[in-house]
Amino acid sequence: MNFLFYAGKRFLQVIPALFGISIAVFFLVHLIPGDPADIILGQTATPARSKVIHHMLGIDRPIIVQYFSFLNHLFHGSLGKSYVNNLSVTKLILGRLSATAFLMCGGILLSLLISVPLAILAASKEGATRDQVVRVIPIVGLGMPQVWVGIELILLLGLKVHWFPVSGFGDSFLQHIRSTFLPALSIAIGLSPILIRSLRASMLEILEADFVLTAKAKGIGKMRVTLSHVVRNAIIASVTVLGVNIAYLVGSTVIVERVFAIPATGSLMIDAIATRDYPIVQGVTLFFAIVVVIVNLLADLIHAALDPRVAL
Amino acid sequence: MSTTLIRGKSLTGRLKFKGNGSFYLGIGIISLLVIIAAAAPLISHYDPTGQDLLNTLVPPSRHHWLGTDQLGRDVFTRIIYGARIDLTIGFAAVLLPFILGTTLGLVSGWFGGWFDSLLMRIVDTTIAFPFYVLAIALVFIVGPGPKAIILAITLVGWVAYCRIIRAAVLVAKELDYVHAAKLSGLPTARILRKHLLPNVISQAIIFSMSDIVLSILAIVSLGYLGLGVPIPTAEWGSMIQEGQAYILQQWWIPTIPGVMVVITGFGLSLIGDGLVRRLNK
Repeated sequence: MNFLFYAGKRFLQVIPALFGISIAVFFLVHLIPGDPADIILGQTATPARSKVIHHMLGIDRPIIVQYFSFLNHLFHGSLGKSYVNNLSVTKLILGRLSATAFLMCGGILLSLLISVPLAILAASKEGATRDQVVRVIPIVGLGMPQVWVGIELILLLGLKVHWFPVSGFGDSFLQHIRSTFLPALSIAIGLSPILIRSLRASMLEILEADFVLTAKAKGIGKMRVTLSHVVRNAIIASVTVLGVNIAYLVGSTVIVERVFAIPATGSLMIDAIATRDYPIVQGVTLFFAIVVVIVNLLADLIHAALDPRVAL
Repeated sequence: MSTTLIRGKSLTGRLKFKGNGSFYLGIGIISLLVIIAAAAPLISHYDPTGQDLLNTLVPPSRHHWLGTDQLGRDVFTRIIYGARIDLTIGFAAVLLPFILGTTLGLVSGWFGGWFDSLLMRIVDTTIAFPFYVLAIALVFIVGPGPKAIILAITLVGWVAYCRIIRAAVLVAKELDYVHAAKLSGLPTARILRKHLLPNVISQAIIFSMSDIVLSILAIVSLGYLGLGVPIPTAEWGSMIQEGQAYILQQWWIPTIPGVMVVITGFGLSLIGDGLVRRLNK
């Protein structure tokens, strides 16, 4: 019951966040200097034609009316149509969703596989050599540009030993996994320095917590204490830390997909810059912000499910 | 004498370093990079954008320490000139969010009330936007170049400083020295500036070290995407992008600019860690 109450409360908090995002995206795009009619008509622009376009786009109305119309369309799942090919922006985004989902899930999975064991290893003996070694990783790793990590992975694991494809997304599920492995690894290597640092701190806190001391005092083996008491809490801590850094992770997919020429949602946006296709830029910006809010919500709900104290 | 008691330990007193070798190593690395960037024209007599189409993609030699790229430009020269661009924008981009975030955090934490609530809602909205997505949207609006990068970093970056300072102010404003300053009838602006700020700013300074790293990463990543500093200016990100096509023959062309970023990040992280260790003592 407590969990349901918490979930309901947390759902309600999403509403003002989404509202804020819609305002931010709407005004961000409406700050653009220049007339969209000129972009659509190009060389053929005349005042009369521009006026028709203004009316078609609805931008001859007061800005506040435009905002509510934008909001109304949004509620019906419509993000407008591309200026270039007149396709629905929602459909364009949905068409690229699976590639983005593969990158995000792969990135999350691999960064946990890298950072959780290292954080536990480091925290298991504070100040020991292994701790010192693990602590150097974030210091060196933080400065590694993900595009660069991607290119080095292409060189070492793609071109030298041919273990993984170096570009594209493949056609089947297994090919998708193989194709997104290196990009997901680049994302994970970029994210891990941040995760390791926070997780090590949480681990140290957990290892000094009363329940761990009690378990140790009872004479329970070190291995069992680590597995049953510490790892469970480590997972909880990872969910929280991932939730905090989810915007960073989502942003990483946008640049890394470019290195590996994967046709995911970020490329849709980057390509739209050259064609001045602003319904797409607006739609994708909104889409990514909503993804962050939803993943954050999920992280909080998982956290509450694993750790009942949160819902109290 | 009485003011020193009220203010507690002064900032400079706390930033004195003893036996903090890695901090000095960090300072050394960053100073060296800055000197190399500043002295670039003295170190290399090549023009970073000067093409030599008869000598493209030549391997490292006595004349070209790191060889030349696909347009015959000296790679070593481009790397040291690139340091000028990436370091300058990297440091400059952090300045504005630092000042803006610190000021807002100080005011918001001190006064609370509706301003604080409104600001926190804006913070919640801002952190929902992935940095690179917002940066790309801003490049779309203002066009590629340092302006868009600095604007994007400012729009997103102030939030971290605001939260750090606000949290520190909420704790510090209940401490005795602040109460004492209030009771002695000092004007609020003076208390904020002279008493509170020096005591809460250290965490923000520490964070700014990794923030500079992140902003350099942003410049490099946007440069890679072709949305950063326009070519042919020597910049590490666009060098990585241009070198990607030649990676099998000339792996060092895209690799070395990345190594430069790693070295910069290493130096700044060491400084940040040194500051943490010193302040936690």
